[in-house]
This record gives sequence, structure tokens and C-alpha cells, in this order.
Amino acid sequence: MKGVCATEKRGTKEIGSEELVGWDAVTQGVVINSFEGNATNVASLKQEERNYSDFSSYTATVASWRVVKPVYNRDICIDCQNCWVWCPDTSIISRDKQMLGIDYDHCKGCSVCVEVCPTNPKSLLMFAEHEEIEKALESWPTKEK
Amino acid sequence: MAEKYDLQEVEVWDGNYAAAHALRQAQVDVVAAYPITPSTPIVENYGLFVANGYVDGEFVMVESEHAAMSGCVGAAAAGGRVATATSSQGFALMAEVLYQASGMRLPIVLTVVNRALASPLNVRGDHSDMYLGRDSGWIQLDAFNAQEAYDMTLCAFKIGEDASVRLPVMVHQDGFITSHTAQNTNPLQDEEAYAFVGEYQTHQEMLDFSKPVTYGAQTEEDWHFEHKAKQHKALMDSRAIIDDVFEALEKKTGREYKRVESYMMEDAEVAIVALGATVETCRLAAQQLRAEEGIQVGIVAPRCFRPFPFDKVREALSDVKTVCCMDRSSPGGAMGALFNEVSAALYSTKNRPLVTNYIYGLGGRDFSVEEAKRIMREQKAHADAGYITTAIQQFSGLRGPKLGFFETHRR
Repeated sequence: MKGVCATEKRGTKEIGSEELVGWDAVTQGVVINSFEGNATNVASLKQEERNYSDFSSYTATVASWRVVKPVYNRDICIDCQNCWVWCPDTSIISRDKQMLGIDYDHCKGCSVCVEVCPTNPKSLLMFAEHEEIEKALESWPTKEK
Repeated sequence: MAEKYDLQEVEVWDGNYAAAHALRQAQVDVVAAYPITPSTPIVENYGLFVANGYVDGEFVMVESEHAAMSGCVGAAAAGGRVATATSSQGFALMAEVLYQASGMRLPIVLTVVNRALASPLNVRGDHSDMYLGRDSGWIQLDAFNAQEAYDMTLCAFKIGEDASVRLPVMVHQDGFITSHTAQNTNPLQDEEAYAFVGEYQTHQEMLDFSKPVTYGAQTEEDWHFEHKAKQHKALMDSRAIIDDVFEALEKKTGREYKRVESYMMEDAEVAIVALGATVETCRLAAQQLRAEEGIQVGIVAPRCFRPFPFDKVREALSDVKTVCCMDRSSPGGAMGALFNEVSAALYSTKNRPLVTNYIYGLGGRDFSVEEAKRIMREQKAHADAGYITTAIQQFSGLRGPKLGFFETHRR
């Protein structure tokens, strides 16, 4: 499943899938280039517009070890951006101050977004990794009085 | 633009002041430091140079030596020429970050004024801190006097920053004996010194926004080994660059340095291997002993402790009958480090001289010319007997019953 606001390369590479080159071919000082080519204005570009290198964690997936995932409910969300601010892995996708969804290629399931969500009921809740999104949304709790 | 410092042809400097002037002349971009005895005057004087307009760079007083070296790593990764100074406990606190600096291939210069490690607490000079750094992946140069502390510090920048090296460099001098003893020192004028060190050449600097880079990546069992091997190769290959830089310094100053210094070794039957100011004590003792008793004794001193000059040590010592390695650090349940490394080098020679080990001078205990002569006579006795007539590891200048370990099996 390809997530929102993603380039073709986002989360395509499993950790450990790189070609194993010899000592003479590794980078000096383990220094890694984050982008291909000149990246002078990269800060003004959105993630999906950036030319990430194959060695950037953007192109890798770290989802395989996640056991619970946050599910996002658009109907309740007030776009306060709390989850976007607090997410330790920049895995909340927001454009023009509007919450769009979750980058499941990099989210590690820490549930910080759920903790900081101020709505009642919460607009983000943790579900088992194997749970389907539609079923999760159907089982959403109602407002607590 | 930094002010020019008026220097005489001969200045009376101690090792600390000599090192501080070398840092000033290299026009370091960032010095992040936390002063500690006996290296405090390096930081203190450098701070004064900055305050008085003799340096253009930044001077950052931090909250610990761990922070000092961390600040150096950050500033070096950002793309600046970086240096600091420390000793002893401060060096120990830096240890974690020393490995980060070398692993990231950042050519930081660290002037270390050697001092004992606690416990018991001691501010005097021995080589415990220098030995603690020996596996950290840094180049380690050793200065035996103030002039050499100045020369080696200038060389350190030129060696470490060489495009084929790009490794951090420590310059060691002995606490108090070298750091606080004023001696005649011949400095270069500011512009000559800067021309010798050269403009800093950036490499993969973090402040190049056109090419953002990540420093300090994690590698597990599939990549770590290759990165460490590449780093070790760079350290081993730095030997040729060190030779080149020493040659360039000789052309400029007439002062000759080698990765392994040899004194009176042409006809030597007995050799002493030592580090630091002890080398000068041993040289004096050897001169006297040759004149007084005709014992053919020579001195071999690794100027470059890392990369260890295995080949040059072997060349220097292959024709003698006995070698005594002087270790100024408590060996912690082993033979001294210098003994182990020199012995290993000599094991692959045809001659295989007898090698003994003295632990001496811990916590700044004085090592006298008379004691050096006594040890030399003892080595001559081993040479005449054809085997080691004492314990292989002994202690010099220690009160109480004689302490020694292991006997020879080569009678």
C-alpha cells in the first residue's frame, strides 16, 4: 500500500537489503549523503518533491517491527497539529495545516500521537498491526460524557 | 583579521605556552575546552589570545571534557579547523568521544599534557592517559620538550588534515616536566607557521547546504567491520604522510624528526626504549656511561606512538643484544604496553634481542640520570650473560621489597 504524499522510493528498501560492498568501497567516516544532486533549496520542498538518496532513511522501511499502529479518523480530527508536532519520527503527514494521514513506512507505533490528541473521542487510536483500517474506523468509540 | 603576534627568534616558553602558540598560529576556527591540570595554561593562554584579538576563531568554554570533545566533533563535522587540550581525568572523560571523532574521520587536534589517572588522585606526569588513548584510532605524536611540543602541534594539523589521512591527532607532552619547564624555543613567525600548516580544506562539511550529510550513522554486523577496517587502513597509511610532514618541517626549520628517533644507536649493544621527557634523561645517562664505563648504549624513542612504527622499531633495534622498554603507566596485570609492542616487532627479526620491561615514574616519581645508568648497566649484564639475569618485568624507583615478574626460559 502506497501512503499519502510519498515518492515512489519512500519505504521501498528493507534494512539490510543493500548490496554488501567491501571495506575499500564504503564511505569515509560513515558519512551519508541525504539527497541526490544539489539540494540547496531542499528545505522549501515538500517530502514528495525531494530527491532522497538511496542511503536516506526516507527510502527505507522500518515498519516491519511495528506491532501496533495508529489509525487516523478524519471525521473527528480538528487539525490542531499536536500529533504532527510531537511525532518523534515525522510520520504524521500534514499539508497546509490539514492532517492527511500517517506514514506507515516510518511510524514505529509508539502511540505518542494518540496521547497528545485532544479530541473526544480521540482522532487517533492504536490498533493491532494486522487490523484493517475500515474495521478499525467502524469500531471507533463514541464521545465520553 | 587576527592581530600578528610579535615573536623573537628565540622565546623562553614552557611546553604549554609553546602548544598554545602553535594553536594560535594555526588559526583554529573552534576551540571547545574544559581546562584541567597540567594542561590548563594551554586553554588559558589560548583564551587570552582570542580575547586580545590574536585569533579569529571561536573559543567555547564547556561544562566537561565529554562536552569539550563533543563540541569539537560537531564543529569539525560542520567544517572547521578544531582543537582542544586536556589531561588525565579529563582525557578519560573524553574517551567515548575520541572514538567518535576518529570513526567520523574528523581531523581534530588534541594537545594532551600527560598526567596520572586516579585513584589515588594525582596531578603529576605519567603516561596513563596517553596509553588510554592508544586504541582510539587517533594518531599520537610524542614531544619530549617544549620545542617539540610546538613543532608537533603544527605538524599535527598538517598530518591530520591531509586529504588521504583525515584523522584526529593527539600531541603528547609530559605533565610539569615538559609542560611547566621553560626552555629556549625557536618559533616560526605567524605567517610562516600558517603557510606551513596551510588553509583548512573542508570535506563533506555539514554546513554545505547544497549537499546535506549525516554524521554518526549506525552500522551493525553487516557494515561495522568494513568501516573500522577502512579507518585502520587510513591510520596505517598515515605513516607516509607523517614522514612527508616531518620532512617539510625540516626544510623550513632545520629541525629533523622521525617516527622513531634513535640516539647513539650506530654501535649500540644495549638499547633503552622510552617515551616523553625520559628520553632526554636517558640520552644524558647514555652519554655519561659511554664516557665513564665504555658501555655501548643507545636510545630508541617512538616519536609516533600511533600508528605504532612496527617496521621502524624493528629496524632501529635489530642489531642490539638487549632492549629495555620503559613503561610509565601501571600495566594493570600485564607487561607494559611499550614492552609488548616492541617485543612483538622484534619477534620477527633474526637476532631477537633480549627484551626486558621497567615500570617507572608513576604519578610523577622522579626518574634520575643515576637510575637510568643503573638500568643500562643491568642490561649490559644481560647482554654479557646471554640471558635475562633479573625478572623480566621490574619496577624502578619503587620503595619496599624488590618487585618483579617472570623469569626467562632462554638460559
